[in-house]
Amino acid sequence: MPNLNYTFLLLIFSLYQFWTGPGESPEYQAEFKPYNQEIPGTQVAFEMMPIPAGEFSMGSESGDFPDESPLHKVTLDAFWMGAHEVTWDAFELFLDKNYELAISETPLSEEVDGLTRPSLPYLDMTFGMGKEGKPAIGMTQYGAIQFCRWLYLKTGIFYRLPTEAEWEYAARAGTETKFFYGDDSGKLSDYAWIASNSEGTTQKIGLKEANPYGLYDIYGNVMEWTSDQYEEDFYANSTDENPQNPSLQLYPRVVRGGSFKHSKEEISSSRRYKSDPKWKQLDPQIPKSQWWFPEAPFIGMRLVRPFETPSDEEIEAYYSREPIPDY
Amino acid sequence: MKNPKTRRDFLKASALASGALITQPFTLHGAYAAPDNHLKLALIGCGGRGTGAVFQAFDTGQPIKLVAMADAFRDRLDKSLEPILNKYGADKVDVPEERKFVGFDGYKQAMAEADVVILATPPGFRPMHFEEAVNQGKQIFMEKPVATDAAGIRKVLAAAESAKAKKLNVVVGLQRHYQNNYRETIKRIHDGAIGDIVGGQVYWNDGGVWVRERQPGQTEMEYQMRNWYYFNWLCGDHITEQHVHNIDVANWVKKGYPVKAEGTGGRQVRTGKEHGEIFDHHVLTFTYEDGSVIHSECRHFPGASNRVDETFQGTKGKAYLSAGNHGILTDWSGNSIYDHDRENNPNPYQQEHDELWAALVNGEYKFADAENAAKSTMTSIMGRYATYSGKVITWEEAMNGQVNLFPETLSWDAMPKIVPNEDGYYPHAIPGKTKVV
Repeated sequence: MPNLNYTFLLLIFSLYQFWTGPGESPEYQAEFKPYNQEIPGTQVAFEMMPIPAGEFSMGSESGDFPDESPLHKVTLDAFWMGAHEVTWDAFELFLDKNYELAISETPLSEEVDGLTRPSLPYLDMTFGMGKEGKPAIGMTQYGAIQFCRWLYLKTGIFYRLPTEAEWEYAARAGTETKFFYGDDSGKLSDYAWIASNSEGTTQKIGLKEANPYGLYDIYGNVMEWTSDQYEEDFYANSTDENPQNPSLQLYPRVVRGGSFKHSKEEISSSRRYKSDPKWKQLDPQIPKSQWWFPEAPFIGMRLVRPFETPSDEEIEAYYSREPIPDY
Repeated sequence: MKNPKTRRDFLKASALASGALITQPFTLHGAYAAPDNHLKLALIGCGGRGTGAVFQAFDTGQPIKLVAMADAFRDRLDKSLEPILNKYGADKVDVPEERKFVGFDGYKQAMAEADVVILATPPGFRPMHFEEAVNQGKQIFMEKPVATDAAGIRKVLAAAESAKAKKLNVVVGLQRHYQNNYRETIKRIHDGAIGDIVGGQVYWNDGGVWVRERQPGQTEMEYQMRNWYYFNWLCGDHITEQHVHNIDVANWVKKGYPVKAEGTGGRQVRTGKEHGEIFDHHVLTFTYEDGSVIHSECRHFPGASNRVDETFQGTKGKAYLSAGNHGILTDWSGNSIYDHDRENNPNPYQQEHDELWAALVNGEYKFADAENAAKSTMTSIMGRYATYSGKVITWEEAMNGQVNLFPETLSWDAMPKIVPNEDGYYPHAIPGKTKVV
């Protein structure tokens, strides 16, 4: 069934390209298809999946969670999304320049060399759950965006976090049910690492069934950062075209997807979660780290690349927002 | 605070119930009884951790006023005061220019302004700061580790005795002692839940910590003070600065300190000029008086697997502990004996202050953490002596060590004992060659 869906979607993608023609950006006329992004100078690579432009109903009227209502129409431009959550294999290269230097087959560019990196965490940010093939965890939204900047400097391609709307649209993959496979939360453990099957730890990426867009672990394993501020009643006021709610306050910000610690009742395509200052209470320093949540082993990230590459100024503006001090 | 007497009685009762160390009441001279009813606090060492400790002190909700601050560097002091003042306000933060003490010697004057001191400089200074605080009769919170060499340990142990005689509360930031999973699990181990402890493994393996780059115009002393993690007179190597937490858990579980250490260490991946003289890995065995052996491992290898936790094996079962609130006891058939609930545990960094300040406000003498902290720090130093020398080091040899790492003179123009060669690299220990004790 997933294969059938996938073939169908590829067909749609081809048609989409036919209708829309190549992107208008002069620098970028990439074919809109899945691709493998290598991180230059390293053996590390990751897959990006095309998510076609379209319209969907965002939210839910189930009444279980008032912040998911009202159900409202949203139209989105096309983008690619990471098939997987970002792993430590990639994130640790950004985290530690000496490590990146040691592992790189080519010298670092001046920009990459001069990039502001995370403070090396005093605590073990894998929380004893392992690194290889496992999602990178515990980073702040600022840290997640700075990882995107590092990747941009390495690859020349603009990567960013999904907006909340993009995340839900990609998770739904054209469905209007609670989950991309239907409404039965009892089947969630076939698609996701959640409290009942994770044994309390993150799991290697890609071991469960993907959604129709080819996104693995979109539910469970780790929650994923979006770029949006969390507002309970945002849906009542949001625009319908490429909505976003820029993060101007440090808390709360939107995370999505649930994690290895969440029960099946707590997860769905529409479920909204918010960041919490408590995730930093174990940071004994002041100011608290702008990079790490020492009590959030359940938060990770997934990349987005917009089909239309924004201007250099917009890219710079996205990456260079100063972090808000956290006390 | 409407009915202090009731509250005091309650606290005493709960202290007794939890088997607190000491319960003799004492009088805190001129402190809580002062006209404005505040305990006066001085911060010695205004880095991120010291600033964090002041936040935790205020967050106890007890009547505290920060009255003095001391740091070697003016910029660190200013960067510390700003968020404290912003968050807690001028009512609680009264540190005018004349009570900001900058340089190597200001700590004495800062302490003199206060009833309670927080000692949070790099660990190399802890012995002289602790000694002075005890001499001045202050109540004390100090960070771990408490020294970087045997000379420092001897000073801390002597001052710890004096602090007991003067009934000065001393809490040390080995915060696992204030973390519920450790308290509950180790209490059960001591009650015999997994029999006699015959072996164990303690780890702090991760990717390493911050580096401060050398800046133009810095003297060697200033550079080392800024990039202190990589110089032993200040830091003690990561086996002492960081892994002391896990080694201390082993001592706590074993109710004692090892009689000898032997092991291997070196600089494998962290070898830059900016990485000073410390090793990036130490692997050891510590042998205790009863012959049981604890394996200890710490390394700073980016890209490698991380592990920060403690495991122990007893005659009847095994234990797993971690700062992530694990506390698991299992018998040898795999049956659970105890599994600490990992959710909603208090933050140990807050808990240590909650307990200390409650005692201070109630005029109680309850905490004497310095002696154990000194001996656990000594255990880590003994481990470093073993990996640096490549030799078996006994507790007595370590404790009587005569190699003093501290500079002869503390001033910005004075030279530390460790200096770089003409290429900018620092000499480091060579096992088989280096004299450590």
